[in-house]
Amino acid sequence: MRKIGVFVCHCGLNIAGTVDVKRVAERCAEIPGVVHSEDYSYMCSDPGQNLIAEAIEEKDLEGIVVAACSPTMHEPTFRAAAEAAGLNPYQVQMANIREQCSWVHPDDEEEATRKAEGIVGAAVEKVRRDEPLVPHEIPITKKAMVVGGGITGMQAALDIADAGYPVILVEREATIGGRMAQLSETFPTLDCASCILTPKMAEVGRHPLIELMAYSEVEEVSGSVGNFRVRVRQKPTYVDWDACMGCMQCQQQCPSEVESEFERGLGTKKAIGVDFPQAIPNRPKIDPEHCAHLRGDFCWLCSRSCPVDAIDYEQEERIVEEEVGAIVLSTGYDMLPQEVLGEYGYGKYPDVIDSMAFERMKSSSGPTGGEIRRPSDGEIPKEVVFIQCAGSRDPDKGQSYCSKICCMYTAKHATLYHHSVPDGQAYIFYTDVRAGGKGYEEFVQRTVEEDNALYLRGRVSRVYPEGDKILVKGVDTLSDENVEIHADLVVLATAVTPRTDAREMARIFNVGTDEHGFLNEAHIKLRPVETTTPGVYVAGAVRGPRDISDAAAEASGAASKVAMLLSREEMETDPLIAEVDEGDCSGCLWCVAACPFDAIEEKYLTRRVGDREVSRRVVEVNVGVCQGCGACTVACRDGAMNLKGYKDEQILAEVESICLIAGSQQ
Amino acid sequence: MKLTRHGLHSEMIEKIERISGEEISKCYQCGKCSAGCPVAQEMGTLPHRVVRHLQLGQDERAFEAEAVWFCTSCHTCESRCPKGFDLSRVMEALRAVLLRRGEAPVRPEDLPAELFAAAPQQAIVSCYRKYVS
Amino acid sequence: MKYGYYPGCTLHQQAEEFDVTTRESARALGIELEELDSWQCCGAVFPLATDAVINLAAPFRALAAAYEAGVELVTVCAGCLNVLRRTNNLVQNDDETRDKLVDFVEEDYAGEGRVHHLLELLRDEVGFESVSERTKRDLNGLRIAPYYGCLLLRPPDEMEFDDAEDPQILENMLAGIGAHPVSYPLRMDCCGAYLPIGELEERRNRAAVAVMRSASAAGAEAIVTSCPLCAHNLEQCAQDVPGAEMLPVLYFSQVLAYALGLDADSCGLEPDGLHAGVCEKIGIGEVK
Repeated sequence: MRKIGVFVCHCGLNIAGTVDVKRVAERCAEIPGVVHSEDYSYMCSDPGQNLIAEAIEEKDLEGIVVAACSPTMHEPTFRAAAEAAGLNPYQVQMANIREQCSWVHPDDEEEATRKAEGIVGAAVEKVRRDEPLVPHEIPITKKAMVVGGGITGMQAALDIADAGYPVILVEREATIGGRMAQLSETFPTLDCASCILTPKMAEVGRHPLIELMAYSEVEEVSGSVGNFRVRVRQKPTYVDWDACMGCMQCQQQCPSEVESEFERGLGTKKAIGVDFPQAIPNRPKIDPEHCAHLRGDFCWLCSRSCPVDAIDYEQEERIVEEEVGAIVLSTGYDMLPQEVLGEYGYGKYPDVIDSMAFERMKSSSGPTGGEIRRPSDGEIPKEVVFIQCAGSRDPDKGQSYCSKICCMYTAKHATLYHHSVPDGQAYIFYTDVRAGGKGYEEFVQRTVEEDNALYLRGRVSRVYPEGDKILVKGVDTLSDENVEIHADLVVLATAVTPRTDAREMARIFNVGTDEHGFLNEAHIKLRPVETTTPGVYVAGAVRGPRDISDAAAEASGAASKVAMLLSREEMETDPLIAEVDEGDCSGCLWCVAACPFDAIEEKYLTRRVGDREVSRRVVEVNVGVCQGCGACTVACRDGAMNLKGYKDEQILAEVESICLIAGSQQ
Repeated sequence: MKLTRHGLHSEMIEKIERISGEEISKCYQCGKCSAGCPVAQEMGTLPHRVVRHLQLGQDERAFEAEAVWFCTSCHTCESRCPKGFDLSRVMEALRAVLLRRGEAPVRPEDLPAELFAAAPQQAIVSCYRKYVS
Repeated sequence: MKYGYYPGCTLHQQAEEFDVTTRESARALGIELEELDSWQCCGAVFPLATDAVINLAAPFRALAAAYEAGVELVTVCAGCLNVLRRTNNLVQNDDETRDKLVDFVEEDYAGEGRVHHLLELLRDEVGFESVSERTKRDLNGLRIAPYYGCLLLRPPDEMEFDDAEDPQILENMLAGIGAHPVSYPLRMDCCGAYLPIGELEERRNRAAVAVMRSASAAGAEAIVTSCPLCAHNLEQCAQDVPGAEMLPVLYFSQVLAYALGLDADSCGLEPDGLHAGVCEKIGIGEVK
C-alpha cells in the first residue's frame, strides 16, 4: 500500500476558526496507508512547505493530500514543493476545506469538521491511486493576436511587437483608435488626446511586425495556449483597400449624409469615408445601410470620383484563418443606453447630452470645431449642469458599480468649459468625488478654486425643458436644500458598461464574465491580466471601468505576459488529459462528438491475421489540444476513455470513501 | 450628538425596519429622493435627512420631522432611487408607530362638515388611513 | 369579453359622471362590464406597513370574488387600480400574508386573477386605432393636458401601467379621439393627495397648483385625469390660481364617451358652467 501524507492547513482562522483541524489530522492518521498526518497554521508559507518536504523525504511518501484552500491559488505551490522534495507533482491532491467547507458553514463547527473529514478522506483515496505523470512538450506558435484596437490594444500590440514577436491586431471598426480617438483633452494634464494618440496609431500602422486587420471580427477560436486557431471575419468595406490611396475624393462626392455614432449624434458623416481624418488605416468604407447605390438607387458618385477605381460594390466578406500562440482581449467599453434614465430626458431633449458628446464638442476636429454650443440652437451655454453617477452606483436601474472615470472627466469638462466660456458657470452634482490617482485630487481642487466650478453634493431627480432653458431639480445635501438650476446645457456622466456583445465574445474565447458582462481575470489582485484560459489575456476597460493610464499599464502587463510565453521554444502541457485504452475502444466515435475542443480523431489499427490484414477503428487523443474536461470519459460506452488523474476507479473510490465516512458518522 | 453602538441599533430602529421591510443602511444618502419630492417644500426636514436620523439612531428626531406627515406616498422617490430603497415605506412605518402611540395629527371630529359633502370618498378614506388610524 | 367592473366608492358618489361615461364608453367599444355583486371600499391607499394585513382584507375580498365569478376585474379609479393591483401582486408573491388573508377572509385565492384599467384594455385589447374608428364626434383638436399623477404609474415595477417617466397611454387615447394631447412636465407629479384634507397646516396645496400652472402654461384648454382625488385637488386650485390659468378638469372617460357619441349632458359636460370653453370648442350637440 502506498504511503500517504496528510497536511491540514489552519489558514489562520479561515479554516481553524470553524473546523477542528487537529481532529481532522488525527482522524486521517487512522486511515490505512496514511503514515503521516499533521496540521499547521499556514501550509503555503515557507515553514509550511518545509514541513511537507521533510515528511516526503523522511517517510518516502508516495502521495500527499494538502487540506487547505481551493486549488486555484496554491495547487501550483504545493506541487512545486513536492517536486523539489522528490515526489511527482501529480501525486499531490488538494482537499478544499476552506471555500467548500469552513467558509460556507461558519456557524456549525461539528458539521464543518465532519464534512472536512469526509473531504480529506476522499482525497486520500484519490491520491493513493494517482500515477506519476509527466507533462507533454509541444511547440509554440510565436505570434500573438490582439483583439480590439483602442489605446489598450494598440499599446499591447506595440509592446509585443517591440519584443520581437509578430502581432495581428483585429479591430471591429474601420479604424483603430477606439474611444480615445473621440476624446478632446485628457486628465490630469490636459494633454490633447489626439496629440498623444495619433502618433501611436501611426506607429501601429507602420510597425513591420504588426498586421492590422481592421473592420474584422473574430468568429471562432479553437486550439489552446501556444497554438490557437482563430477564424476572423473581414467585413466588406466595398473599397479595395490595397488599391485605394486614401485621397477621400469619394467621401467628398458622396451625397448621403447620416448621423454619426462617432460624433455621438452631434454631427454627420457620409455613407462612404472615414470617421475622422487621422484614421488608421486611412481607408474609407461604405456604410451599406445608407449608401444610395447599395440600397438600389442610381448613384455612382464615389465610384466615378475614385482615381484608382477602388470602389467595389460587389465586395463580399472574407473568412481568414490565423494561428497564434497567445491572445490579448482589449475590446473596451460602451456607455449606458440612453433610455435607462427617463427622468433626465436623455435622448428626448437635445440640450441634454452625455459626456462623450461633450468630448466631441470640445474636440477641435469635432462637429462644432471645438466650441461648446447648445445642440438645439447653437448658442454658447452660460449655465452648464454636469450630473455625475448617471446610472452608476445604481443597482436598481443602472449599474451597481462606480464607473471610476466620471469624477475626473467631469472635473476636466468643467475646467475646459471655464477655459472656453470664462463668464459661464459650471455646476457639478456629485455623490462622492473619487479622485484617487497621481495628480487627480489636485486637479479637482484646481477645478473648484481656479475654474470656478460649483460642486453640489447630491443627485438630480428630474430634468425638463422650461422655456428655452432646461430646469434641473437637484439637491445639495450639504446645505440640506433642494436646488433648481435653469441650465442651458446638461451633461450626463453616463455609466461605463460592458460592450453589448461582451458575453458572446467571452464565450468565443472561453473566458468568464462577471455579473455585468465585464471579462473576468484569473485573480483580481495577483493575476489581473491573465484569464482562467491559459494563453488568453485581458487588458483595459474590457475588465471594468478604467482610465487611460490604467488601461495602458494593463496593456503593457498583458504584453509582457505574452512575451514571456512566446519567448519559450516549447511549452509543457498539463498531463491531466484524456487517455484511451485502445484495447477496449470499439471505435464508436461518441467521444469525438462529445469533445468540445476537437481533440479526438479516429485512427485505424492494422494487424495481420494469417495472410489477411485486419483493420480496426479506434480513437486517438491530441495531447496538444485536449483540455482535460472529461466529457469524452462520460460519453465512452466501453469505459475505454479515462482522464489521467481522474480515472473512474479514483472517482468511485472517493465516492465510496465519502459514503463510508458519512455512514460511520451517523 | 452622542453616538453609541446601542443607540445605532436600538429596538426602535429595528422596529421601523421590521414594519417598513426596508434596511435603513441600504440608503447611501445621495439625496435623489429629496431632489424629486413634490412636497419637499412643505417638509421642513428633507426626506433623505429623515433616513439619516435613523441611520444615526436618532429615531425621535425622525418622528418629530413634519416630513413624516407630509409624505403623500407618491413613490417618486422610490421609483428613481438608485438603491431601490422604498422611502415611502419608511415614512409609513414612522407614521404607523406614531398612530399606534395615539399621536394622530388629525381628529375626525375636527374635520369640517362641508368637507364630507365636497371631497371625494377616496380622499376622506385616504386621509383617515394616513392620519387617523 | 365580459369583465367584472369595480367602480369604487367615489364613482358611486361624487364622481358619478366618471362611472356613467366609463360604462357608456365600454359599451360603445364592445367591452361588457358587469359590476361585481358585492364589493367594499378598497381602502383608497395601499398599506405600506408590512404588518397592516387587515387593510388588505377588502381588496383581497374583491379580487377573490371576481376570480370566483370567473371574470377579470376592470376599474378606472387610479386609487382602486393601485390598491387592487398591488394587493394582487402581494398575494401572488408573499405566502405568509396570503395565508393570513385566506384564513381571515375565508376565500381561497392565490392571486390568479387580473386587474385591468379600462385604458389598458383600449390599448392592448381593443387598440386605439379601433377606438378611433368608432368615434362619432370629432373633438376638434381640443388641447388636452393628460394628467397621470402617481397612482397609475408608481411603483413602476408593480403597476406596469406605462413608462413611469414618459407615459403615452393617455396621449395616444386622446390623439385617437381627435383631441390634441399637450405635453407638460408635471404630468406625472403628485397632486398633494390627501394633504389638503387633513389640513395639517394652513398651507395651500402648492403641489396641485404647480401641476395646474404647468398644464396651463403648455397651452392646454382642459386637463383629464383618471383619479377623483387628483380631480378634486386640481379643482380646488381655483382659490389660488387666477381664472385665466385655471383649466376645467375632466375624467378621461368624459371626453372618450363624448367622442363615442354620448350626449353632453350624460357626459357631465356643462356648456353653461365650468366647461363652457371646452364645449364651445368641441361644438356640443353635433353628432356626425
